[in-house]
Amino acid sequence: MSAAPQKAKAGAEKIEVEVSAIVPLNDLVTRFEFTRRDGQPFPPFSAGAHTVVEMNDDGRTRLNPYSLMSDPADPSKYAISVRRDDEGRGGSLFMHQKVKVGDPMTISYPVNLFPLDLRGRKHVFLAGGIGITPFMAMIAHLERMGGAWELHYACRSEALGTYADELTSRHPNKVHVYYDDKKQAIALEDLLDGQPLGTHVYVCGPQGMIQWVHKTAAAHGWPDENVHSEEFLAPQPGKPFEVRLCKSDITIQVGEHESLLEAIERCGVEAPFLCRGGACGQCETDVVEADGEFIHRDHWLDDDEHASGKKIMPCVSRFVGKTLVLDR
Amino acid sequence: MSKFQFPESIRSRPVYGTLEPRPGKAHLMIADAEGAEALLDLAALDASIFRAAHIIYIPKATGETYVDRLKALEPAQFYVGPTYEASVQRIRRVLSDAHMGLQVYLTGTEGLMGQAQNEAMTAGIPHSAIQTEHRGSVARRMQCVHCKGITEDVMTDPFVCSHCGLNLFVRDHYSRRLAAFQGVRVDAEDPGNVPEPVELYK
Repeated sequence: MSAAPQKAKAGAEKIEVEVSAIVPLNDLVTRFEFTRRDGQPFPPFSAGAHTVVEMNDDGRTRLNPYSLMSDPADPSKYAISVRRDDEGRGGSLFMHQKVKVGDPMTISYPVNLFPLDLRGRKHVFLAGGIGITPFMAMIAHLERMGGAWELHYACRSEALGTYADELTSRHPNKVHVYYDDKKQAIALEDLLDGQPLGTHVYVCGPQGMIQWVHKTAAAHGWPDENVHSEEFLAPQPGKPFEVRLCKSDITIQVGEHESLLEAIERCGVEAPFLCRGGACGQCETDVVEADGEFIHRDHWLDDDEHASGKKIMPCVSRFVGKTLVLDR
Repeated sequence: MSKFQFPESIRSRPVYGTLEPRPGKAHLMIADAEGAEALLDLAALDASIFRAAHIIYIPKATGETYVDRLKALEPAQFYVGPTYEASVQRIRRVLSDAHMGLQVYLTGTEGLMGQAQNEAMTAGIPHSAIQTEHRGSVARRMQCVHCKGITEDVMTDPFVCSHCGLNLFVRDHYSRRLAAFQGVRVDAEDPGNVPEPVELYK
């Protein structure tokens, strides 16, 4: 995993934008396009980057990361594609139901935790469902520089194959789509076999798919350095708990449906963050005292750190027990 | 015993490990001289990987000492070359035909491992995925920073550049691109004042 960028301030710099287009793509996925309110060009971004979108949902601030899926070479707009999650915490529902064309919004500068390794001779993309989004930007980038790539895209059905038609018609020889309802599946072992030296594989999709790719590639002798993945976790609800922030000298309550990070922010304490999905490592916090059990859910700390009880990633992880004191 | 523990040094100096069998579709093993012992130790851990192994071996001064024992490991392919330079065409050919899932094992002298690692990296393998184990001579492959000429198998410090004849100080500063340590003129400020050469690590 790449080292987290070091910043003194919480979150990345912000950009004031306006919603310039809302394009429903199918029953679940809608594309949102943004232009800058100050008329300046957007900062360039590298393919694979995400932006954190601020949502003001009836006074409650939601901050959700979404992969930028527009062409990185187009500074006139940023675009994200959002899958509606009816059982989720409400961020995607807010985007689908409340956001209208012309609305002002605030998004963060792009942050890339899932970059292309441009030393690669060839890039194999494995997408599951809405995991297609970062690859849209990567494909645009590699097409421009003449890089070798292929895409294997698993989705539920033709009706839910976001961008499948567009990609297949533009790149008929490089795009392979697999539909669950037709019992089609990515033949991963065959796919890994016989790739030229210097091939990199990138996977974005559900957790099970990511683990399957990492495990299978390792068994086939692929170096870890050649296998890249990105998964943003949404914080899961859990039992409310109490936390003491010793630097700020306050005790706060974490509600059932908010994350520890959100509770810290709600109480006016500025805590560092970037991805808010357990991937970037920016919000890593030292535990001063704990009597109880941690529910670690991040991809950042290793198993030993999880077991040590000395660190927690407040964006996705929780705590059950009597006392928790954090160095914040 | 062919093992030597290098003292701690600057960050630039390569660090070598111990070869271990790793899962892979094919195994490329490049060794010189006493490096053969590391391959024999590897076979003791898992002989089965040799069924899909290509051994490229350069005996140097060890002559026939290890050849029969390596052959007895029954690798899929076994090549004995007179020098690294004579073997490099074969190494490039093997790498150009190779696919992901190839494991690379390099063992023997620093000069061999450095140059072979360079070939593997050029072929697209990250250097951190290439296994190395030092065995045998501690001689170094040195680049003269003044004339850029390479002197192989340097055993003393300082030494005389085999290209321009300057007296060079042996540094731990290493270039992965050149697979060589840097040699810098030792008597630049006071020509002729050259310390008595000392054997490396003595």
